[in-house]
Amino acid sequence: MMQSQMPIDSPASPERRPAAAAIAALSIDRVSHCYGPRLALDDVSLDVAPGTFTALLGLNGAGKSTLFSLITRLFGVQRGHIRIFGHDIGRAPGEALRVLGVVFQPRTLDLDLTVTQNLLYHAALHGIGRGHARTRAGEVLAQIHLSDRSGSKVRDLSGGQMRRLEIARALLHRPRLLLLDEPTVGLDVQARDDMLDHVRALVREQGIAVLFATHLFDEIAESDDLVVLHQGRVLARGPLPDVLAQSGARDLHAAFMRLTGTAAEMGGPAP
Amino acid sequence: MTTDVLTQKTGFTLAQYAICMNGIVWREALRFLHQRERFVSALVRPLVWLFIFAAGFRQVLGISIIPPYETYILYEVYITPGLIAMIQLFNGMQSSLSMVYDRETGNMRTLLVSPLPRWYLLFCKLLAGTAVSVLQVYAFLLVAWFWDIEPPHLGYLTVLPALLLSGLMLGALGMLISSGIQQLENFAGVMNFVIFPMFFASSALYPLWRVQEGSPMLAYLCQLNPFTHAVELIRFALYGRLNGLSLAVVGGCAVVFMVGAAIAYDPSRGIGRRGPAGGET
Repeated sequence: MMQSQMPIDSPASPERRPAAAAIAALSIDRVSHCYGPRLALDDVSLDVAPGTFTALLGLNGAGKSTLFSLITRLFGVQRGHIRIFGHDIGRAPGEALRVLGVVFQPRTLDLDLTVTQNLLYHAALHGIGRGHARTRAGEVLAQIHLSDRSGSKVRDLSGGQMRRLEIARALLHRPRLLLLDEPTVGLDVQARDDMLDHVRALVREQGIAVLFATHLFDEIAESDDLVVLHQGRVLARGPLPDVLAQSGARDLHAAFMRLTGTAAEMGGPAP
Repeated sequence: MTTDVLTQKTGFTLAQYAICMNGIVWREALRFLHQRERFVSALVRPLVWLFIFAAGFRQVLGISIIPPYETYILYEVYITPGLIAMIQLFNGMQSSLSMVYDRETGNMRTLLVSPLPRWYLLFCKLLAGTAVSVLQVYAFLLVAWFWDIEPPHLGYLTVLPALLLSGLMLGALGMLISSGIQQLENFAGVMNFVIFPMFFASSALYPLWRVQEGSPMLAYLCQLNPFTHAVELIRFALYGRLNGLSLAVVGGCAVVFMVGAAIAYDPSRGIGRRGPAGGET
């Protein structure tokens, strides 16, 4: 498996790495994680450069959510290192988390509070005063076209609106790295496309680094960096064309099947 | 806004800590206001004990003159501090239940990914729950006043620090318990193994000298029960007096339970050992 792994700073496309010399937005270095005897992540390494969109592709059970829980310090790092803009999540969690925005796979909004109250609560958890928070809440709500629902209870929003609100909340404190863990689950096609467009625009226009976990091939664009995670191991990483070239496949689906087939032959971690 | 967070290189200002605490307390208060039935049930429970149980047992359980009382008192007067502590005990466990629910629904993640120290976030959550319990207690005392439960006027003020301390202790105990509960369904066990034993094996309903007459072993257990000391701390404070032993026990237990909860919620020692929520990996 390790022979098939491609480094993200592959010389194949140096123009895609304007910030290669700069500090990585996210650096995951040889991270492993166990739940008791079960190995969920095995020696995972990857980098996300500032201002790039990196897709973390893996089937259900690949270890994506575990990896997100480690990056956000919901779980402690058992082995390896995770750094966010150079701040080690274990040693300097405050500095690391303050530049991080996150949208988890399950919805984490308070359904009984209004849209604005959810945003103000998040702002308070980041130490942002009420005045600034209100201004900022107005800005992010305008960006996601929910200004007219600011006083609505969250439980009255549609699924797509809730997801947009979660992204807005994650952006409220102006993070430099945004984590999205399968945020399109449960959305219709239009809402999904709108969300992807919105996130890519954030990368393009605001220079935010994004790590986007998904199990859907069609959510990955040719311009994206790609990390293939399978049974807790990184099978390939790099720009999408490089991953395709490396696997000898013509499309991502075929590449994924070949890569994961290789992994199966070599034997994965215990289920 | 940018200047609030991003231009600051390290650490957080005191103002930011205060903003965070204010936000957590504010959210807890909003949730409490939205759950009116929770407020009503929190009030009805001790009132049922006061109006029905105490009235029924008034003639059965005579109370001799024991500190801090300076004269014979009605049984209703005696159990009022116990019922106050009961409000706080149930509120602490309710907060614990709420934390388990938040963890199941994912809301807890919003709190735990805040960049402020986790122990501080948990302390704020604890303080918020305590503030809610204090409000419930004063609402109860107001109703009890119409039932001729009239402690000294100054007692309403002097009891406040005792309420804060006992609320913190019982809330921290609930938080510690919540860290070990995987599912809401398991919470019924807390009722059977924590709330009922703590409440009944204490001085809330009957003075310890009475228990001593019936069962010296039970009286000994009651003395070891921190809830007994919460009741006595409140009882003395309600009459403008300080019970030093109870203060030490409640204060010490509050610290121990808080440290335990902080450790239990530490990602490397507590919740990190568990797997992710169902369906996620």
